[in-house]
Amino acid sequence: MDWLKTFLNSSIGKKFLMALTGSFLIIFLIIHLIGNITLFFGPEAFNGYVKKLASIKPLIRVIEVVLFSAFLLHIFNGVRLWIENKKARPVEYKINGSDKNSSIFSRTMFVSGSIVFIFLVLHLGTFFWRFNIHDPMNLASQHKYYEIVTHFFSYWWYVLVYVIAMILLGFHLNHGFQSAFQTFGLNNKKYTPFIKKLGTIYAIIMAVGFASMPIYFFLIGGAK
Amino acid sequence: MESKKLNLKLKIWRQKNSNSVGSFVDYNVTVSPDASFLEMLDELNNNLESQGLEPIAFESDCREGICGTCGLVINGQPHGPIPRIATCQLHMRNFKDGDTIWVEPFRAKAFPVIKDLMVDRSAFDKILQAGGYISSNVGGAPDANSILIPKEVASEAFDAASCIGCGACVAACKNASAMLFVSAKISHLGLLPQGQPERYRRVERMIKVMDELGFGSCTNTYACEAECPKGISVKFIARMNRDYLAAKLKASKSEVA
Repeated sequence: MDWLKTFLNSSIGKKFLMALTGSFLIIFLIIHLIGNITLFFGPEAFNGYVKKLASIKPLIRVIEVVLFSAFLLHIFNGVRLWIENKKARPVEYKINGSDKNSSIFSRTMFVSGSIVFIFLVLHLGTFFWRFNIHDPMNLASQHKYYEIVTHFFSYWWYVLVYVIAMILLGFHLNHGFQSAFQTFGLNNKKYTPFIKKLGTIYAIIMAVGFASMPIYFFLIGGAK
Repeated sequence: MESKKLNLKLKIWRQKNSNSVGSFVDYNVTVSPDASFLEMLDELNNNLESQGLEPIAFESDCREGICGTCGLVINGQPHGPIPRIATCQLHMRNFKDGDTIWVEPFRAKAFPVIKDLMVDRSAFDKILQAGGYISSNVGGAPDANSILIPKEVASEAFDAASCIGCGACVAACKNASAMLFVSAKISHLGLLPQGQPERYRRVERMIKVMDELGFGSCTNTYACEAECPKGISVKFIARMNRDYLAAKLKASKSEVA
């Protein structure tokens, strides 16, 4: 397996790992958003959805392990690339002309990714933790998941963090989506313009979709 | 027709040698808008020399955009603000009277500054030595057209081969990655029949050396394509990624461990 180690430690291999784990997370986000839309249909719809997931717990646990690994690989590899890439230019330019040759989304992947990571810790620390491990209000045990979510969405600071993180997630996805195709070697004048547009549409849907829930529940003042 | 001369303030990077710390030095120049950027520096150097001062070291050769020797970062952009040209093709008419112009060398760990605006780009030579060639036995020239190459393939190979190896891609990349250069070299050989025997060995060897020389990794910002004086497309990077992956997945034992 030496060849695999060499591959994953090469510049192209590291890109490939970012693209592979990123693509998996892109697909995960679609499923996550579709599931979360049940929040808009009231407590029965959302609690029923979470209960359904709970009924296939062993399978969900396996998916969670894969998902967690994808996140960890994406984050560690991303940080490693960022450190290595910083070292490749020890003396910075006095005048930075990068706004004239590249998009802000492509240049801020580390920043947008870091903020999404901080959000992720908060997100798991509240919802995942309370759904699965620590249940202080004794709600998850009664399958009142909707009540947990809407409780948190009644805090303005929590909603604010969500909205900011989702905007940056959109930035991250806008570059990441088309970047994954490029890394996999799929760049062709026939379909690359379409992929770039699709990536932007995808990023907007994800950012607006995920941000709409905290905003909606905050505006209507917590639970319906 | 006599054009009005421009008064410009130049802030030029001066560095004694690769071990010393450099800094910007201010120069005020009056220059014709018809002069090229390098001609302006020539004039400035003449003045410096006549005053017994050390002239500014910078590189140039053909001064018509085909050799890839010149390369300055002007106001943060390799080869200056005009797309698809080398520094030598940049004319002062693109600047306004009273402008301040910052002139820096290409900056990358793999391109150490030799002096002032001159950098050592021999890292590119090392990458080419690793695989940027085809091995063929010498002998009589083969008949023209004895190897059929579709026009689109020949054109694409030619697009890749138009890389002049100036290093602007490395200078423009926020990660100082050399992937546009390397992918252009890999593609111009790999697209043609003559390049097939060594196609996968080539990509493995060249990437290995590129990584060892301290270039960064590509994060697909495409700044390289935007700043390339020849407009080399990032589709060649995608092609290189494909070839590298194929080389690693091939059943035969990888030659480059």
